[in-house]
Amino acid sequence: MSEYLAVLVFLGVGIGMVLFTFFLARLIRPAHPYKAKNQSYESAEKPIGDAWVQFNNRFYIFALMFVVFDVEAVFLFPWAVAFGQLGLYALIEMVIFIAVLLFGLLYAWKKGVLKWV
Amino acid sequence: MSYYLLLIPLFPLLGFLINGLLLGKLNKKIVSIVACGAVGLSFLWGLKLFFNLLALPADSRIIEEIAFTWIPSGEFNVNVGFLFDPLSAVMVLVVSGVGFLIHLYSIGYMHDDSGYGRYFTYLNLFIFSMLTLVLANNYLLMFVGWEGVGLCSYLLIGFWFEKQTAADAGKKAFIVNRIGDFGFLLGLFIIFWSTGSLNFITVFDKAPQVFAMGAGLITAATLLLFLGATGKSAQIPLYVWLPDAMEGPTPVSALIHAATMVTAGVYMIARSHVLFLMAPTTLMVVAIVGVATALFAATIALTQNDIKRVLAYSTISQLGYMFVACGVAAFSAGIFHLMTHAFFKALLFLGAGSVIHSLSGQQDMRFMGGLKRHMPTTFWTFLVATLAIAGIPGLSGFFSKDEILWKSFSSDYGSIWIWAIGLFTAMLTAFYMFRLLFLTFYGGERMDHHAKEHLHESPKIMTVPLTILGVLAIVGGYIGIPHILGGGNNFEKFLEPVMGNVQHGGEEAMVMASSGQNGGTELMLMGISVVLILASIYLAYVLYVKNIALAGKIRQSLSGLHKILYGKYYVDELYGAVIIRPLIGLSLFLWKIVDVILIDGLLNGLATIIGDISKIMRPVQSGLLRRYTTVFLLGVVLILGYFVFR
Amino acid sequence: MDLKLATIDLGLIAPEIIIAAVAMLILLLGNVVRRRTILAYFGLFGLVAALLTALPRWGNPASGFYGMVQADNFAIFFKIIFIIAAGLTILMARRYLISHEIESPEFYALLLFSAVGMMVMAATSDLVVIFLGLEIMSVPLYVMAAFARHDVSSNEAGIKYFIMGAFASGILIYGIALVYGATGTTDLRRILADWGFFEMHSQLFLYSGAILVLIGFGFKVAAVPFHMWVPDVYQGAPTPVTAFFSVAPKAAGFAALLRIFTYGFADMSQLWAILWILAVLTMTVGNILAIFQDNIKRMLAYSSIAHAGYILVALTAGGDGAVSSAAYYLLAYTFFNLGAFAVITLIDTRNSSTAQIDEMQGLSGRHPFLAAVLALFMFALAGFPPTAGFMGKFYIFSEAIKNGYIGLAIIGVMNSFVSVYYYLRVVVVSFFARPNKEFEAVSYTPAIFIVLVITAAGTLILGILPGYWLSLARAGIFQFL
Repeated sequence: MSEYLAVLVFLGVGIGMVLFTFFLARLIRPAHPYKAKNQSYESAEKPIGDAWVQFNNRFYIFALMFVVFDVEAVFLFPWAVAFGQLGLYALIEMVIFIAVLLFGLLYAWKKGVLKWV
Repeated sequence: MSYYLLLIPLFPLLGFLINGLLLGKLNKKIVSIVACGAVGLSFLWGLKLFFNLLALPADSRIIEEIAFTWIPSGEFNVNVGFLFDPLSAVMVLVVSGVGFLIHLYSIGYMHDDSGYGRYFTYLNLFIFSMLTLVLANNYLLMFVGWEGVGLCSYLLIGFWFEKQTAADAGKKAFIVNRIGDFGFLLGLFIIFWSTGSLNFITVFDKAPQVFAMGAGLITAATLLLFLGATGKSAQIPLYVWLPDAMEGPTPVSALIHAATMVTAGVYMIARSHVLFLMAPTTLMVVAIVGVATALFAATIALTQNDIKRVLAYSTISQLGYMFVACGVAAFSAGIFHLMTHAFFKALLFLGAGSVIHSLSGQQDMRFMGGLKRHMPTTFWTFLVATLAIAGIPGLSGFFSKDEILWKSFSSDYGSIWIWAIGLFTAMLTAFYMFRLLFLTFYGGERMDHHAKEHLHESPKIMTVPLTILGVLAIVGGYIGIPHILGGGNNFEKFLEPVMGNVQHGGEEAMVMASSGQNGGTELMLMGISVVLILASIYLAYVLYVKNIALAGKIRQSLSGLHKILYGKYYVDELYGAVIIRPLIGLSLFLWKIVDVILIDGLLNGLATIIGDISKIMRPVQSGLLRRYTTVFLLGVVLILGYFVFR
Repeated sequence: MDLKLATIDLGLIAPEIIIAAVAMLILLLGNVVRRRTILAYFGLFGLVAALLTALPRWGNPASGFYGMVQADNFAIFFKIIFIIAAGLTILMARRYLISHEIESPEFYALLLFSAVGMMVMAATSDLVVIFLGLEIMSVPLYVMAAFARHDVSSNEAGIKYFIMGAFASGILIYGIALVYGATGTTDLRRILADWGFFEMHSQLFLYSGAILVLIGFGFKVAAVPFHMWVPDVYQGAPTPVTAFFSVAPKAAGFAALLRIFTYGFADMSQLWAILWILAVLTMTVGNILAIFQDNIKRMLAYSSIAHAGYILVALTAGGDGAVSSAAYYLLAYTFFNLGAFAVITLIDTRNSSTAQIDEMQGLSGRHPFLAAVLALFMFALAGFPPTAGFMGKFYIFSEAIKNGYIGLAIIGVMNSFVSVYYYLRVVVVSFFARPNKEFEAVSYTPAIFIVLVITAAGTLILGILPGYWLSLARAGIFQFL
């Protein structure tokens, strides 16, 4: 188990460093809170209400759609880089992959997910 | 040469399928033709094979046929195979023969019942299962039949399920039987584990090599098998279901709960006699349980008023005899009694059914009497059966019962005590059976006016089977007349290839008999038992016939002498005080305390305990997700902890 | 062992591809085609087509996709189970969904997606791919549990299943990670090949990982104490969904368990102790809690826990015979449990129904056939001959005895005696109880009638002529890749 001792030491040091910096910052920073300063940051817009609000669950569906295509992009990049070696077979595979995702998009579209009602 | 053994159980199966699938679509006539025809064909085919068997030399009278491989799995192979040897031949003929007669009888008895089709469907299924049980060539298939007959018994006891008592009785039978089955199954496990097979022939061949004589393992295995037998054959401590089983239709009581199914345990032990002979301890247990049950049930039978209940306890008692025979290693005698018992007990039940039928459902003997005039055929056949069960010389019961008594006295495994108790039970049997006969058929007509008008002899379809069974109850014993009475004991000889020469078999006994050494003893014992039985019949006659006449006279002339001569009541009291009171006390004790409180209580208690555990565990299932995850995590921690710190 | 059977052969995963494609088409066509019957039958068609492509592979085991896919007999055997379960569920579901006004094409698509996941699980010897399959299977199941959107208890079922499922998935993937940490591979064949080495050098890692994997699947097959979700989910979910839950994911979970623990980790000593305890707990808790349930779906939920226990007995016993007995039992269980649920689905189609056991009063008078098949299924569940339930149990327990687990077999037998009580109660109520009121009639559809006939026939055929099916199950095991 001795090789884990080093890990343990690292862990302890890591946590210690964080605590230490927080403590240090607290010691040396000035503390003058006022209302505008405590407002949540909304891309320079004036915030309306609290940050703890119920979000419309349509955002959730949009987020899901976003994730789908995000993941697609993640796959597409390495595929594009290695495309030269992979040849036609890889092209067909990627077409199938995109087609599957397109099916999903089509389905979502027909279901009216893309419309903000 | 193929004998097509498969056909024997196949006919009733077909009957079951036809009637079952077309339930409610066929009219009664077709239903009964299909059902009876199926069983009849089985009987005829069995008869034909029986003669084929006879044609073979005695040593090669074993026909084994594999229908198909049922469970193949490497070393463990189970076939659906059938074994036809003298033992299963006897059983097949008894089951299908008596079964056929009872099917016929049922046509009359169940004629007005709304569940007519259902009834015959179950009955055919029963015959199919029973034939599978007795024809199986391995324990597993036998167990299938065993469970099948249990199921049919359950269905038929609860046949009139609108009646709460009937439904309850069905349940009770089922549950008690499952306890026995549990033992049976464990016994099978041991056998399979030790011998690597469940096929009868293989197991019996291998048994001497894998089991040591009288060793713990074989004793455990046979005791477990015996536990199974006590369940099915209603022996102490699992007999409690049989009296309640009388809630079923009477022909069912005759077929299943008297003649065939309840004898399955005896058959199973006889079939496994090779194993039982290797476990003397078990044999002793079997003999003691058998004789205790015989006595115990007979004492209870003395006090019952319900005609079917008397017969039920009598069945238990007679089954006890068969177990005594097995316990003293006289397996042939046990099977012999099984056969004769099937004849006369089926006859008794059918006769009782005929009486009940005529009295529109009345089963209480206190409201019967004097039926001799109204139902001559029923009476005469009933008389024959009663004489047979009582053990009057010349009738079947005499030969088989006496064979058992003699063997229990003379066998290496027997003892004089078993013989004495057996004899005493025989006296009790004669007494209560004649009490039943006298109360039912003699004396005044005690039924109410309405019922009296409806008294009638049963239709031909019911009386013909009665007559046939009556003939069988007389002549059924002649195939097993002992040497001492100049017979050849053909029955034992016929079974010899199966049972082997367990003890003083054919030739040896003949020599002994002719030399007159043991022969004298045998004759003497026979004489004692006949005399005692006749005496107890006379006692019954005095108390239940003569008295009634006396009482009638006294009622007419004098009312003053009532203290001493007031009819049967007083003699009953006297008799009760001197002889029966202790017996009643004992039987009440056994019935009320042992039966109701101890045994029923034990069973119910077990159910309650399981229920309580269930109640305690339920709150954990609260529906709260966080509690679920906690339990989950606890499981993870415990298992991991076990692994890390083990 | 040649790991370079690297060819990418789409034929190996043809059944999965077909079903997935059909499912996607159903999703698309659902917006175009008005007659939903067509979609349901299209789904069935996809299943049959998948079956037809899977069957010819029987006896020709092959490996592909760099060892990620095993198209061996074991996989095909389980694929058959999944296809049967999914097909019968489609047949029985439609009527119920319509009567509860929740029918939509998505149901069939989700069912098929889930089946694809199961097939992936059964047809691989790589832990990561197994996990992938598990997730493909589970996510649609979460949605299906909550399919009755306007029913609170269905929503509750979905959420509970989802949260617990995510929890279990976490534990499973953690276990896989630990195994990977210990061995440097997720391929069971490599793990098996170098087992002695791994065990010597990183036993704690390896064993902890294996245990966590066991727990992760223990959740899916509802082993005690990871069973808590089962009653609520089974009761809350729409009845056909419950029917599917009770057989298919369980079979998939056991396929994975069998593959992992009797093959990859077969040499893991001491595992039997854990499995022994799990099996005993699962059988006993399932049976005892089932006794006092008044809701038949809940009762069957506990019963399905108990049945998982019986199969765990086989897993404990280990060895080829035990594995084939488990496979046989799962096939048999698929028939009789789906059959029982088909009857309940039919009864539950009436809107007044809440699937209480008391509702069965008078069933035999009104619907003799229905009562008869229900009784058959109950007898099978209780393990009476000549049904498949008896043969399955017999086979499992005799394997346990053969491998020296006599205590376990006795506990199992005793448990099945306890179970007789609550199964028979259903039979007794439906046949013998005096009905308080007239039994409200249900109407058959041809589809559900077919389901009943198929399941009843399966229950009986597997019970009366088990030889052929057992040899199939055995063949499935002997050609384990």
